[in-house]
Amino acid sequence: MDYILAALVGLFIALGIYLLLSRSVIRMLIGMTIFGNGVNLLIFTAGRVTREIAPIIPPGLDAPEGPIANPLPQALILTAIVIGFSMFSFLLVLAFRAYQSLDADNTDNMRLAEPERAPQPPLSY
Amino acid sequence: MNTVIFRTLAPMIVAIMLVFSVYVCLRGHNEPGGGFIGGLIAAAAIGVFGMASGVATVRKALRVDPMAIAGFGVVMAGASGLMSLFIDAPFMTSIWLYLDIGESVVPLSTPLFFDLGVYCVVFGTLSAIALSLESDREEDI
Amino acid sequence: MEATLPQAMIETATPLADWVVVLPIVLALIGAAGLLMVRRSTRMPLVGAVLVVLGIIACEIVLLLAVLENGPVSMTMGRWLPPFGISLTADIFGASFALAASVVTLFILLYAEIDRAGADGRDAFHAIVLLLLAGVTGAFLTGDLFNLYVWFEVTLIASFGLIVQGGRPAQLDGAVKYGFLNFLATTLFLLSLGLLYGLLGTLNMADIMRVAPLANPAAMAGVAALLLLAFGMKAAAFPLNAWLPAAYHTPPAAISALFAGLLTKVGAYALLRALVALLPASRDLLEPVLALLAITTLLLAPLGAIAETNLRRAIGFIVIGGIGAVMVGLAVPTADGIAGSGLYILHAILTMSALYMVAGLVEKRTGSTDTRQMGGLYAASAPLSVLFILLVLASAGVPPFLGFWPKLLLLEAGLAEGVTGPAAGWIGSALTLALLVNAVLTLIAGTRLWAHIFWREGPEGEGSEHVRQPLAPLDRRGRLGFGAVAALTAGIVMAGLWPAPLLDGARTGAQDVADPARYVAATGLAEDTP
Repeated sequence: MDYILAALVGLFIALGIYLLLSRSVIRMLIGMTIFGNGVNLLIFTAGRVTREIAPIIPPGLDAPEGPIANPLPQALILTAIVIGFSMFSFLLVLAFRAYQSLDADNTDNMRLAEPERAPQPPLSY
Repeated sequence: MNTVIFRTLAPMIVAIMLVFSVYVCLRGHNEPGGGFIGGLIAAAAIGVFGMASGVATVRKALRVDPMAIAGFGVVMAGASGLMSLFIDAPFMTSIWLYLDIGESVVPLSTPLFFDLGVYCVVFGTLSAIALSLESDREEDI
Repeated sequence: MEATLPQAMIETATPLADWVVVLPIVLALIGAAGLLMVRRSTRMPLVGAVLVVLGIIACEIVLLLAVLENGPVSMTMGRWLPPFGISLTADIFGASFALAASVVTLFILLYAEIDRAGADGRDAFHAIVLLLLAGVTGAFLTGDLFNLYVWFEVTLIASFGLIVQGGRPAQLDGAVKYGFLNFLATTLFLLSLGLLYGLLGTLNMADIMRVAPLANPAAMAGVAALLLLAFGMKAAAFPLNAWLPAAYHTPPAAISALFAGLLTKVGAYALLRALVALLPASRDLLEPVLALLAITTLLLAPLGAIAETNLRRAIGFIVIGGIGAVMVGLAVPTADGIAGSGLYILHAILTMSALYMVAGLVEKRTGSTDTRQMGGLYAASAPLSVLFILLVLASAGVPPFLGFWPKLLLLEAGLAEGVTGPAAGWIGSALTLALLVNAVLTLIAGTRLWAHIFWREGPEGEGSEHVRQPLAPLDRRGRLGFGAVAALTAGIVMAGLWPAPLLDGARTGAQDVADPARYVAATGLAEDTP
């Protein structure tokens, strides 16, 4: 199981990086999401995949009865998913606004902050 | 997105989703659920409402700016963490108070208020984002 | 089962004094949220934000004094013992950087009024600035790597909100590049955290210091290399610096100043913390890489500044050059080297912000962002030219100014390594040479900017007969902004003239970074390796 998950992590990250290398902002955004999901899966796998029960303490007890699944990676992933989701939604709004005002989805055409024909450096002094 | 069927049904869906979101939030205390997922459900309800009857109507119905709700949530969550200042314990230590109301015991605790704060934060921010994406005009969040 | 529970909980009462580790972050967060609720009012956001930042500064001064007195201060959330609960731990570096960040934020809040004459508060500027401060303070004070990731993301979200303020198309362009590359950097950080957790089973910094030597060194070196990639991207070290000059000049000057002072420094601090304090064994393996990064960053960044005609873009390259100086201390982590890196971060937080603030005033006065269209400003505004040249000298590291002292420490570290170091002695000599060349090149870049903006008679191509229109006097907001920059610059000059307490503090801080015993003890963990 671990090997399958590890291969899946590699696949996700490779796919994410491939899409990030694209010029289209929307493709980059999808790539970023896939990359993030690969990382989440990696944390999940790093927390050891076991067949134990869910880490919920039964009513009336102070501690779980037997071995339980490791809850910490799940908490980490939950945090990472929430953060990744908010980043994604911001970048989505940003890409949309950029598309509206720059009329460009292609990063090669986004040259307002760094003009393509940069002026020559000043020659004096 | 503004067929008669959708516009008629939307308020009902929204009302049920909002009540359900509060249920999920309070249930999260001891069982699966919680403020985050509750806030998500409520924000989804706002999104549906916005699709059905327009962003302006929703803003009017909310009365309060969604981002102000989010701000209130952070203040509430932070204040619930600061409560432990009074019992000589580190930040975020939980304090429990059991209220006897007739037959049942209502456990009040600082984690509950933290969770309600999270509910407000998630509800406020995601509603603001949803409304800003749904509106046609240039509107900042 | 009952008997095992107390071992996971802190039973003793928490002293009230420990709360100063948590309060700066909580105050900033609650302040940001409170200002979000009143953002439509006209005066309340500014007054509220200034009061909150003053409160934060007061807490951080108490914290810094406590840390100087008794060593690192730590608090673990919710009564759980350290590896389980999230620790906030402040040592000298963390506490002093947090203090510097709050002080800079205070001046920038006042300075930002220049650009906010017609603002109606819908943009929630003050709330987002406080959120950014909360993220940065959290990153400086945290004692847990996953918590550090969370503060990175809080900072990132807040900086997203700030970089698009004003909504000019160029800002959206800059924000796309800034946003994607920084989000990628934090995701890479998360990736290395996943691997680190799989290897060690803990993400608490003090706990990592204890158990890291037991783990497989090859795997740990891989994690360290990933951390270097992620934090290097955040800090804008040389091959990963392209986002900084693409984005920092697009938002209003106050926001540029805030970013230059706080954002890349958090990345540099995280590099110092992760590689030197947490994973020293893996850092040794990466030493040639670190040295190469430091040298290329030191040499290439000021060349970029010399070739640039856009004023704030040129200063962006000077900021990157400073990151190269911090990297020197990572490549040569002797006591002097670490102290030099730490002191340089402190200096850069103050000086780079002030430099951007002066640049904003220059752009305001000349109405241009291009140095070729400026000129003759000396006659119109002599005080501004004095501020600019003082800050240029401070950032180049000319002797009596603040930038000189950390560079002196770094030079000593490099020389010592070059003379007495082991077989790989080229590192020390090459770093020393690169530092010296960097100082000269930065001085050339800065003074050339000064000469073009202030000294020559008029814009490029104009002869000496060019007559500059007299400038209108500054309005009330302008005077407030100018006063803020002047006060900050005066503080920088004073700190440069009286560096003894800073040098002492940096040396003690470096000891705590190199030898984790006091840091681990503060969190309540046992010192010995399990």
